[in-house]
Order: sequence, then C-alpha cells, then structure tokens
Amino acid sequence: MEPKEFKSITEKRKEVLATLENFGLRIYEQMEKGIFPFIEMPSRSTENIYYDPKFRQFILGDKKVRRSTRNIRHLKPFAQLVWAALFSYELTSQRKTSTLRDVYYSAQAYEMTFKDQQESNNIITDLETILGFSREDFNIFPEERSAVFGDLTIRYTVPGYEGKTLNLTSHPDGVMIGPALTSAEFVETTADKVIAIEKGGLFTRFIEENVHKKFNAILVLTAGQAPRATRHFIRRLNRELGLPVYIFTDGDPWGMHIAMVIISGSANAAHLRDLTTPDAKWSGVWATDIVKYKLPTDPLDEIDMKRLYELQKDPRYKEDPLWQREIRTFMKIKRKAEQEAFSRYGLTYIVDEYLPAKLEETK
Amino acid sequence: MAQATFEEISASDFFYRNRDIAGFTNPTRAIFAAIRELVENSLDAAESIKVPPDIYVRLSFEGEASEETQIYKLRVEDNGCGVPPRYIPSAFGQVLYSSKYKLKQQRGTFGLGGKMAILYGQITTHEPATIISSTSPLSKIYMYKLMIDIQRNRPIILDRKVLLNKEGWRGTIVEFSLEGDYLRAMPKILEYFKQTAMVNPYANITFVDPKGRLYKFVRATTVMPDPPKETLPHPYGVDVELLQRLIQITPYNNMLEFLKNHFHRVGEITARKFLEFSEISPSKNPKKLTHEEVVRLAQMLKKFKEFLPPDASCLSPLGEELLKTGVLKELKPEFVAVHQRKPATYAGHPFIVEVAIAYGGEIPQRGGFVIYRFANRIPLLYDEASDVSVKVINAMNWRRYKVTPDMPIAIVVHICSTKVPYKTVGKEFIADRPEVRREIANGLREVARQLQRFLSRREHVDRERKRLGVFSKYLPRIAEFSTRLAGKEKPPDIEKLLRSVKRFGAEGV
Ligand SMILES: Nc1ncnc2c1ncn2[C@@H]1O[C@H](COP(=O)(O)OP(=O)(O)OP(=O)(O)O)[C@@H](O)[C@H]1O
Ligand SMILES: [Mg+2]
Repeated sequence: MEPKEFKSITEKRKEVLATLENFGLRIYEQMEKGIFPFIEMPSRSTENIYYDPKFRQFILGDKKVRRSTRNIRHLKPFAQLVWAALFSYELTSQRKTSTLRDVYYSAQAYEMTFKDQQESNNIITDLETILGFSREDFNIFPEERSAVFGDLTIRYTVPGYEGKTLNLTSHPDGVMIGPALTSAEFVETTADKVIAIEKGGLFTRFIEENVHKKFNAILVLTAGQAPRATRHFIRRLNRELGLPVYIFTDGDPWGMHIAMVIISGSANAAHLRDLTTPDAKWSGVWATDIVKYKLPTDPLDEIDMKRLYELQKDPRYKEDPLWQREIRTFMKIKRKAEQEAFSRYGLTYIVDEYLPAKLEETK
Repeated sequence: MAQATFEEISASDFFYRNRDIAGFTNPTRAIFAAIRELVENSLDAAESIKVPPDIYVRLSFEGEASEETQIYKLRVEDNGCGVPPRYIPSAFGQVLYSSKYKLKQQRGTFGLGGKMAILYGQITTHEPATIISSTSPLSKIYMYKLMIDIQRNRPIILDRKVLLNKEGWRGTIVEFSLEGDYLRAMPKILEYFKQTAMVNPYANITFVDPKGRLYKFVRATTVMPDPPKETLPHPYGVDVELLQRLIQITPYNNMLEFLKNHFHRVGEITARKFLEFSEISPSKNPKKLTHEEVVRLAQMLKKFKEFLPPDASCLSPLGEELLKTGVLKELKPEFVAVHQRKPATYAGHPFIVEVAIAYGGEIPQRGGFVIYRFANRIPLLYDEASDVSVKVINAMNWRRYKVTPDMPIAIVVHICSTKVPYKTVGKEFIADRPEVRREIANGLREVARQLQRFLSRREHVDRERKRLGVFSKYLPRIAEFSTRLAGKEKPPDIEKLLRSVKRFGAEGV
C-alpha cells in the first residue's frame, strides 16, 4: 500500500507546499545561473498512455516533454504554469479553495491571461503532472459535487472548523463531498462497506429505507460520472478504513463505465495516482440482471452499441471476465434498464431483494 | 418633305453646342472643369519659363441662380509667362487658338480649355471675362474685358486698359462669373487640388472657397523637371495631311534634305536608306510630288522598319525623385516606391510612364487600391473604370507580390507624351493602347516587387519585435513568480537572458 494516503491531512499539505516551493526554487536557480528555465515532465499524449495491469489503471510511459523558455512558443505556457504554481501555493498555504473556473479568472489579477477555460485547465493538468499531486491537493476543486451519507465521523481541517467533528448521518440529504470533506480526517466508523450509487433518486431512497443501517454501509452518491474528489474519497474509504466498495449503476454501457472509472480510473488522469479503487466491485445493474430479473427495458441505440464495441477492446475491461461477459450479453439482448426499473416489483423490492442478493454475489 | 437646309457653324459654336465633350456637362462638372482648365494654363505658363508656379484660386459667391445652382466669380492668378497683349483677345476669346500646337509635352493641347470655361461663364451669366496679364516685370500690365462672339468665333473687346507695373509683376489673372453647384463639386475640386499638388510638388497652390475656407498646398521643393524640347514629327506618326503641310512650307527642293530637316531622328544615312526602300529619287523636288505620290510616301514612311524610335527630349516626365516627393507630401505613406520607364512610342508618339506605389501611413484601407491617374501632370478624376491604368491594375496578379486589395495601398500612374491618347477632349481617361498598357504593366511590376521586399522586411522586423516582446513580457513574470514561490527576497538577474535573446534576434534567426 502507498504510504502517502496514511499521512495526516496536515502532513500532506506540508508536503504539497514543499513541492511547490521546490518547483519555484528550481526555476529561480536556473535563472540565477543564466540558463533559460526549463522543465521536463511525462508526455500525456495518447501514445504515451498505457494500461498498467499491476496498478490496474492507466499510467504514463517514459516519453518526456521538455518545456523550455528558450522556445518562444513555450514561454507563455511556462509563465502560466509558474503562475499556477504560485496561485496554488497561496491557496494551499492560506487554506482557501477555488475551482478551475476561479483559476481562469484569477489569472487576470496577475496580468496573466488564458485564452479560454481549456487553456487554463491544461496548465493545471501540467502542474499535476509535474508535481505528482492532483489539483484537489492544492485546493482546486471541481464544480460538480456529489454526496455521502452514513455512520462515519470526520474531523475538519479547514480554517474555522479545524478540529470540529461531524457524523455523516447528521443530514438526511447526505453531506456534500466538497473541499472541506475532502480535506477532513476520518475519525471512526461502524460501517463495514461502501455502496456507491449513480443516481440521486436512488441515493435518497436508500437513505429513507435505512440501507445504511440495514447493510451497515456508507452511501456515496456519484451523481453520474464520479468527480475526481469523489473517486479519491471512495479510495480513502477503501484504503484508510479498509471498507469494500460496491457500485450500483444503471444497466447500460454508460453505467458500466461509471463503475469502471471508479475502479480503474480514466486515461485523462493517467498522470495521477490515488484516484482509483481497484478492489471496488460493480454490483449491478448487469446485463445478466436484466434477463434474470425480467426488468422493463429500452432498446440499445446506435451510440450505445458503438460504445459497447469500444469498451470491449478497452484494456480495463479485460481484467475481469465479468466485464466481457456483460458486454456480450448487452450486445446479445440489445436492451438496457435503469435502476428504477426494479420499481415494477414495488418500491422496496430493490432494497429488500436485489441489493442483498447482489452484495452477496459480488462479495 | 421639307427640304434639308445646310449651314456652317464656327468652332466656338460647335463646342458651345457640344460642351459635354469638353467636360462642361452640368453645373457641378462645369465648375470643376473651369477651375481645372485655368489652373492648368497657369501651370503651363509658369513651367514654360522655369519658374516654380505660385497659383492663387478664389471662388466667391455672387448670388443664387436657381434652386440648386449659384453664380460664382472665379479668379485664377499665376506667376507664369503672361500673354503678350496682342494675343490676349484671341487666346481667351477664340476657340482653337493656342500657343501649344507644338510637338512637345504640355498640359494644353487643344486650344480650347480656357475658352470653354469663359464661354460657359458667358452663356450662364452673360457677363464678360477679365484678363489681366504682364509678360515681364519690366513691361506694363494689360487688362482686357472680353466676350466671345460664338457664331463667328471671335473675341469682342469691351474694354482695354494699360496699367503701370510698379511692383514688377509678371503673370496672368483670369476672372469671370459662372453658374455652378459648388457644394456638389467640392469633393472633386479638393481632390483635384490635392492630386495636382502631388504631381507638381514644386508648385504653391492656394484655394479660397466660397465659404472663405482656405486650402493651401505648399511646395516641397523648388526643383522642377527638365522642360521639354520642341521636336519634329516622327515618320511613324505622319499622315498625308501633315505631309502636305510640310511640303507647302519646306524651303528644301530635294527629298533627301526634306526628310533630313523635317523629321525626327532622320539623318543622312537613314534618309538615303528610306529613299532607296521606297524607290524615290533623293533629288526629287518634294513640291513636285503628285497627290498619289504623297499618299504612297505616307504609307512607305509607316512601312519602313529602320527609323530610330523617337527620343524623349520632347517629354518632361516628373522623374522618380519629384514623384516620390509629391507622393510623400500629399499621401504621407509609410513607404513609397517609384519607377520611371524608359521612353517608348505608340504610333510614332513618344511617351514615358512613371508609376508609384505607396503603402500605409495615412493611406486609407478601404478594400481596394486607391488609384491616382495622371497625364502630363494633370490629374484624371473622372471615368476611372474606362482608363487603361485601371484595366492594367485590375488585370495584374497582385498575389504574386503578396499584395492584397485590403491593404492600405495607393497606386500612381503618370503618362507623359506629346500626344496623350485621351479618349475625349475633356482629358479624363486614357485609351487602351497595347504599347501604353505594356509600359504601365512593366512599371507596376517593378514597384510591386519593391513593395513586396518592403513588406517582407517589415514583416521580419515585426516578427523580431514581437518575439523580443514575448521574451521581455514573460521572463520577468517567470522571475517574479518563482521568486515569490521560492520565498526569495530579490528576483534573479534575468538581464543576461534578455540580452542573449536580443543578440540571437539580431542574427535574424
Ligand atoms: N495663365 C496663362 N498664362 C499664359 N498664357 C496663357 C494662360 N492661359 C492661357 N494662355 C494662352 O492661351 C492659349 C489658349 O489656352 P486654352 O486653355 O484655351 O488652350 P490650350 O491650353 O492651348 O489647350 P487646351 O484646350 O488643351 O487647354 C494657351 O495656348 C496659352 O498660350
Ligand atoms: Mg489650356
């Protein structure tokens, strides 16, 4: 297991700050010596992205790119990068958070401009690649927010709340997985598993039906494709607390892939670690469940089918025979079903019958 | 059927009836044409005695004529050669009377312009014209009040005065009233002055308009182009009519001497060769040639291939320096290239094409080239689309020179010739002769190449400047950010880096 995530949040912050400082120092010294500052980092181009079966995620290969300020085309991005590092340093040291959108606008206060949001996003990704931390570590958070509910007590580290604890059952809508929760330390839990759910409706139903109690689970709402902070949070639940993770999505190629990204990550984040939970399980809705439970379905359309063919060839889907079996079944039945489809057997059927069966099946 | 009646009309009557062809089409055109004709006479008059022209033009409001037109008094004063008193009445009161029916380059050619202006004033206001002139600081000043007897094409002298010339003045003042529409004509008139100042950069021109506004075009030099020499007709340009006139006046009684003395670039050897070629005896008396023989002589003169081309001493082009001065003075461009072609001929008439291309500065960007056309230092302002220069410019492949119509570019084409191939007596546009077309095209290619060189050099300099700009913008920022990030007190010394960028740049990499 990687030691990093067992460091306390405060320690981690110190480490992030030191890394940023070092980055600045390296450039400072290069200039002092009269050389044009440069940096080297792994290339993120598609031909340098490999699937690593050991890590069970995408990683970057050996190809490096060199950014040198001698090259006029690199000069502006380089300045943007150093600015982004300084900005991140200030955020982290002042314990303030911001978003990618903020970054884009904040630059203007420093007379640094980004052409568009995409350009500033790229610079932040460069910084992640160079430093080996994800942007949440230097307090830049996504806009999308997902939520968590269950018997887990956390301790805040954000200014004004430092030391305060909260039990994550305290709000019936769940607690948003935002910057404060992401940087919180885990204190204690009685749960013995994590259940991640794709859709808000079902997440609320599970809380109403006391799934957290009945199954001793922490419930996580991914709200569609899980944001990176949420993926990181799920990983922490798994690694720091040793809880198995079960993922419930719609029964279609897209739902299947939501589970996959939580398990094995995405190619976009090949430069980062600590975002995957390789031992998490996709518990449903499987294609075979659609058959077995005779669920009401919709036909798979052309785009769905195309996506299935893509996924079939994806290295992440070759890890476990389950994936290939389900893909083949989808292709055969050419149907898909939503999680809500279980309501045909009554509102509580999914909690009373399906959930326990699947938790057992994917244990 | 009514019987056809025949009558003869005079030259003045003809032009009175057909004033359109001289440019006096309507009250707007007329006021423009009147100013133009008088200013051109004044320029000719000053240049003929190699004096940098000082021309004063005043147009003053006299009264309303109709709803859209007014009566104006036009006064044009110059420091030119003046007109000897005995010629004044005819020069200003008799159509087709001129001192310029010579084979040398002058603005005036038809013996018509000034009179058309006066004639137009007379028929619209019924007032006489006043001419005041002195031919030398030592001579007296003569003043005439004239009208034109249109039917007889004769001046009518209403008054004549001789004045003392205490101030030693030399020049001419022409003053008369005419009907016109100044407001409409104003843009063209001002454009005319501006362009005149461009091709006559050694002239001072002052214009006071009816509202009392003063427009001053100040000379940028006192250097004037070499004046043209009068020349003999070139054999290629000769017709039966001209031959007959020459035969009538010649004092020579043999063909050899006749050819040698009356034709341009014909010497002993050429004359003999020609006579052999056309099987005419050198000793033949030209006065004894029959009509048929004269016709044949004219034909042979055109057929003979060995006449030397006419030389250009009868021409007075502006020259590259003066053209450049004029363009810089009136257009204030960032760059100008000028080129003068070698003399060429069409139909036995020598001509020289001068072109200029000007870029940037105060030249407007309007989605097409601004074209300035000149002939014998006269701006041509009307009928642009029919002009040969415009045709050549439009036909040219500008992209080859990396030039596009959306660039701020002005093109100047000046044609000078003893006989400019005008299409009308209004002197507005030049006919499309292949020889002229070729010269214009070659001239334009040359200046286009120079412009291309300028543009690419400038692009290079721009790129360098931009490149340096990027370094001096971002290196200090990087220094600043990394200093703060590293928690240092003072920023690293980046002067060395910046210097090396400059050195690097100077090598043109
Ligand atoms: N300002 C002047 N100074 C001296 N001579 C003049 C002046 N204006 C006119 N003349 C004389 O009067 C003559 C007639 O002028 P006019 O303008 O009618 O004809 P032109 O200039 O000879 O030919 P064009 O019809 O082409 O203008 C001229 O040839 C010239 O000799
Ligand atoms: Mg004239």
